[in-house]
Amino acid sequence: MLDTHSAPALNALRTQAFEDFRRQGFPSRKVERYRYTDVAAAFAPDYGVNLRGLSIPVNPYEAFRCDVPNLSTSLYFVANDRFYDTMPRGGETSIKKRPALPEGVIIDSLARVALERPELVAPYYGRLARSSKDAINALNTMLAQDGVFIYVPRHTVVPRPIQVVNILRADVPLMANRRMLIVLEEGAQLQLLVCDHTMDDHDFLATQVVEAFVGEDAHLEFHELEETHPTNHRFSNTYADLSAHSVATLGCITLSCGLTRNRTDVTLSGEDSEVNLIGAVVADGNQHADNNTLIDHRVPNCRSNELYKYVLDDSAVGAFAGRVLVREGAQKTSSRETNANLCAAPTARMYTQPMLEIYADDVKCSHGSTVGQLNDAALFYMRQRGVPEDEARLLLKFAFVGEVIDGIRLDALRDRLHYLVEKRFRGELGRCAGCGENVKCGER
Amino acid sequence: MLEIRDLHVSIGGKEILKGIDLVVKEGEVHALMGHNGAGKSTLSNVIVGHPAYEVTQGSITFNGHDLLAMKPEERAHEGIFLSFQQPVEIPGVSMVNFMRAALNAKRKYLGLEPLAAGDFLKLMREKRKIVELDNKLTNRSVNEGFSGGERKRNEIFQMAMLEPTLSILDETDSGLDVDALRVVGEGFNKLRTPQTSAIVITHYQRLLDYIRPDVVHVLIDGRIVRTGGPELAMEIEQRGFDWLKPDS
Repeated sequence: MLDTHSAPALNALRTQAFEDFRRQGFPSRKVERYRYTDVAAAFAPDYGVNLRGLSIPVNPYEAFRCDVPNLSTSLYFVANDRFYDTMPRGGETSIKKRPALPEGVIIDSLARVALERPELVAPYYGRLARSSKDAINALNTMLAQDGVFIYVPRHTVVPRPIQVVNILRADVPLMANRRMLIVLEEGAQLQLLVCDHTMDDHDFLATQVVEAFVGEDAHLEFHELEETHPTNHRFSNTYADLSAHSVATLGCITLSCGLTRNRTDVTLSGEDSEVNLIGAVVADGNQHADNNTLIDHRVPNCRSNELYKYVLDDSAVGAFAGRVLVREGAQKTSSRETNANLCAAPTARMYTQPMLEIYADDVKCSHGSTVGQLNDAALFYMRQRGVPEDEARLLLKFAFVGEVIDGIRLDALRDRLHYLVEKRFRGELGRCAGCGENVKCGER
Repeated sequence: MLEIRDLHVSIGGKEILKGIDLVVKEGEVHALMGHNGAGKSTLSNVIVGHPAYEVTQGSITFNGHDLLAMKPEERAHEGIFLSFQQPVEIPGVSMVNFMRAALNAKRKYLGLEPLAAGDFLKLMREKRKIVELDNKLTNRSVNEGFSGGERKRNEIFQMAMLEPTLSILDETDSGLDVDALRVVGEGFNKLRTPQTSAIVITHYQRLLDYIRPDVVHVLIDGRIVRTGGPELAMEIEQRGFDWLKPDS
């Protein structure tokens, strides 16, 4: 049944993925890269899976406004696990070319492109996100039927940012498994924002696998912004492979979540490539946010910068494990990794584990992490000037996260994020609780 | 205006102030002099409500209100300003946002509407001139990368923005070269009105050449041992503090 609502290029990997998953099972805390998140507990509830690919009953283009409006004229939706078409269903099967996109650029349903242009999908799909290495990859590959496919051909620059909004909407607890495949050919440039939302507070579990192939000299700016309900469970694995002279900035901002576990693996496989990983987590209540990253320096002369910051309040739990691997021969590597965390309440917990493994002898690498509280001297200084204590705390937290946001080169998103983070700290961002058919997100 | 009666203050169980009596009237400038460790900074910190200090005895009233019952921010709104000895850096908080938050909080306390963005920036420009503070500095994060002199000028700039009625300058002259001292001293004088008062804490006469005190107090070991006019500061400049010690 899974196969009939998908495409051969996706179906081809299912059997092996099933075997891989059966062999691995849900990762326990003894699996190093899952030690901070209880995966089995997240999967324990009885979730429905939309095997038949039924469409959700609302049109997100009409009912939903994301918190980052006006960023892009090129807005796409993934509803649960399907790419959502604006056009009426039935009859139309051709790959849409939106007028805003340059010649040859494809942004469309992964299943549809895999069916009609398998030569664009098959060489890439599942190549980075190996199901043999990660149980979530295996599960997702076994079950995913659709998602988003983005293709930017040689020397093509997509001039405006693209925005993809994932929404989860259901009347019963639901598991959704979605994919994203991004292929940038030589010299291509793309700016992409993916927003992750839940529209109601059913138990959701979403697995997501993103694979990004960044060709020679290509530039990718890819940001994910999560604003979901406390009842959401998110397992997202992002893989990027960088060819020579390419630059990728991968951002992951968790503004509100339930249980989130993000894995980001970057392979620098071409010389003179550069990756910037940035992340911010704002969590309170019982929220759980776990970021697990790997930067693999395989060849000489590459650069990596990593900055993750967390602000945890109440009983929130944060985890960061960042491994930088400099392989033998990867000389002249330059790498910097920083994880800084604020625990605003004594009951908040942060686990941090920066890891640097170097097998080359001519490199410049640093890594470090800090966990602390708000600076009392700064707090008192501000209060002496008349800034009320709550406001002073807010300004300090906001400033702390601001350093991450300033690393975003997508201007509209950066400005909007400053605003959203401030609202979040003020408690005005109701954890997406206002989302729904009648209450529009952007108007809260 | 400010009335301190029999004030005893401890920090970590150690008594620092051992019965201070001090009355500052409207329009007066009081100089507070004394060795390091005499309790000068403790006194200023207690007036602005620093949480580390414990008042074990005595009272402080300000315009008739019980100051010790107020939060630090409320004391600021009532018109008390402390120019810190070592102003802290606050990375990521811009001077503009910081001052806007401070000023609008005070206006709210006084029942006024927040200042419109344009008016606020105009005010920033005007007040900056008083201490010759560079535009580049007010566009930066609070005190981040400021030199010692710039930080002190920035304190007086903030004083100009907030228009306090009682200013406490805690060793504002320390670490200043002659030019910066002049700018700070003259800046302070421009802000003086017949209604504003000040407590100037210093080791030396040199700041008092710019800011002329009406009353000079000498603090030794947690007590005010001598009170006099400006001539007392001159005498200290000549003779030091030791001759004032109670047992000498």
